[in-house]
Amino acid sequence: MASVRYDQATRIYPGTDVPAVDALGLEIADGEFLVLVGPSGSGKTTALRMLAGLEDVDAGSISIGDRDVTDLPPKRRDVAMVFQNYALYPYLTVAANIAFPLRIARVPKEERERRTQEVAELLGLEQYLERKPGQLSGGQRQRVAMGRAIIRQPSVFLMDEPLSNLDAKLRVQMRAEIAALQSRLGTTTVYVTHDQSEAMTLGHRVAVLADGRLQQCDTPRELYAHPANVFVAGFIGSPAMNLCHVRATNGSVQLGGVSFETPAGAQGEIVVGLRPESLELAGDGIPAEVEVVEEIGADSYVFAAAEVGKLVARVDTRLAPERGARISLRPRPGEAHLFDPATGVRLPQPAL
Amino acid sequence: MTTAAATAPLVRRRAPAPVRRKRFLIAVANHSILIAIALAFIAPFLFILLTSLMTTNQALSADLWPHPFRLQNFADVFSKAPLARWTFNTMMYSCLATIGVVLSSVPVAYALARLRWRGRDVAFMVVLIALMLPPQVTVVPLYVMWAKLHLVGTLWPLIVPNWLGDAFSIFLLRQFFLTIPEEYLDAARVDGCGELRILFTVVTRLAKPAIAAVALFSFLYTFNDFFLPLLYVGENSHNWVLSLGLAQFRSQHQVQWNLTMAATVLVMAPVIILFFVAQRAFVEGITLTGVKG
Repeated sequence: MASVRYDQATRIYPGTDVPAVDALGLEIADGEFLVLVGPSGSGKTTALRMLAGLEDVDAGSISIGDRDVTDLPPKRRDVAMVFQNYALYPYLTVAANIAFPLRIARVPKEERERRTQEVAELLGLEQYLERKPGQLSGGQRQRVAMGRAIIRQPSVFLMDEPLSNLDAKLRVQMRAEIAALQSRLGTTTVYVTHDQSEAMTLGHRVAVLADGRLQQCDTPRELYAHPANVFVAGFIGSPAMNLCHVRATNGSVQLGGVSFETPAGAQGEIVVGLRPESLELAGDGIPAEVEVVEEIGADSYVFAAAEVGKLVARVDTRLAPERGARISLRPRPGEAHLFDPATGVRLPQPAL
Repeated sequence: MTTAAATAPLVRRRAPAPVRRKRFLIAVANHSILIAIALAFIAPFLFILLTSLMTTNQALSADLWPHPFRLQNFADVFSKAPLARWTFNTMMYSCLATIGVVLSSVPVAYALARLRWRGRDVAFMVVLIALMLPPQVTVVPLYVMWAKLHLVGTLWPLIVPNWLGDAFSIFLLRQFFLTIPEEYLDAARVDGCGELRILFTVVTRLAKPAIAAVALFSFLYTFNDFFLPLLYVGENSHNWVLSLGLAQFRSQHQVQWNLTMAATVLVMAPVIILFFVAQRAFVEGITLTGVKG
């Protein structure tokens, strides 16, 4: 068990000038489940590989517990990693795959077998121990990969998109299993995903990365309620937040007949962010024409074109308008997020 | 809405007669071509095999079928030529060379495929260039070198170079190593393996088909090799290999075609058997290097 600390850690791939990870500063507490999330190319996997020791750290440092591991090879960092494609050795049985790290560490055979058995029981893999990975389903392979990480009882688990090769239903199921397993073992875990819903459901805290920079690191609820900038606002939440450029006048912006107070001194355009659930159908508001209606059960998402841009609103399916209908969407007072259009940074919200 | 249709039993529809006739004719045409080609390839082998079972007079006649069968030919070959000696020399050459090629080429190929180091691409180009040079080009300086070492006439000039890597094998293995997903190696690194450990416990196991193919190629090449043995041990009949011996046997027993063919069958047999046994590894090794999967 250990905490993890990235201190201005930077990675610049040879032959490029742009850092893949730029001065990342992040503290992960002992036993915490931290999710690194971001779009492709945001540097999240690179950040994880730096912690694993698979990538060099070009500036800054990384420590695990009170040990500086910046220049240690992977095997001396006491971390275990689960890979996207599982990286199970096809020529070894499930039991041999799980026990592989112990064999490398020259753990005596009896102990190896005992611990393999324990891990197999923990993951429900007892009856598959003699099979080869090729004979397992995707979910079972995923579990074997987890087993290979667990058996070492490392200080930190690293998981690189471990669920992205599973189908949607299995992914949700394995997500719950991983969360349960992590809270049971209490091992510090760093988990990389591009899927914001996976990040929100799994992480104690979620770190959002874009272009190699940390955008915000907070609890899922805080990220959703108070996104620190336009990027986080647009990335977290599905469908994405509506972002409209609106001109501010006299300390407030007007949108669909509702006025939102702006911080003192804000002039010109500002970005108003509204979640789909912060827009409701009403008699008056922002006039818009319905383009697509996505029914997802109890709720429907209405995608509509308005003068301020495309908008999406969550409405009760029973009240969902037809495609092509002209509707009015009214923002709920007090639910807008305001951002600086130039920097994208969140503007302090005046008290209501 | 569509729900499961009525409970009527499923009647499997047959393709209409003209379609079936056309498919049948196409199948006949395809198979005829394949059979014709197969016959063209197998005919010389059958001819050799049949001749090897004839008496000397039959072999000189126009008959195609041996009457009577003379199995004694094979025993005669052994008594008329030191076949065991040649076989032993060939095995020395082929086996030691094959072991050498595998042991020396695998680490080089891994370094060229997977390790990052300055000058790697240049080194790979040098290997490619070496691959394109026919052995006849380098043979004169090499011969002089071996002569100065007083090793001409022994099998060493044939075996030793194979322990220093073989361009074709290195190329083949490198291409295969490139297809091994990096995740396997990363996983091994995190689990505590050093690079040598990764090479010997992980990569060699994953690359088994490619290594088998390289070993087979090397074995077959050295087994059939005539040029280099002729050059280095041609003067010393004690160290003759099968290919040399067979050529010499042919010139000594020119009119005894049955014996010549019997000797040929004996020399060919191990290669053919080996090929049948290892056919899958052989084909796999080649296809896997090209297509990932």
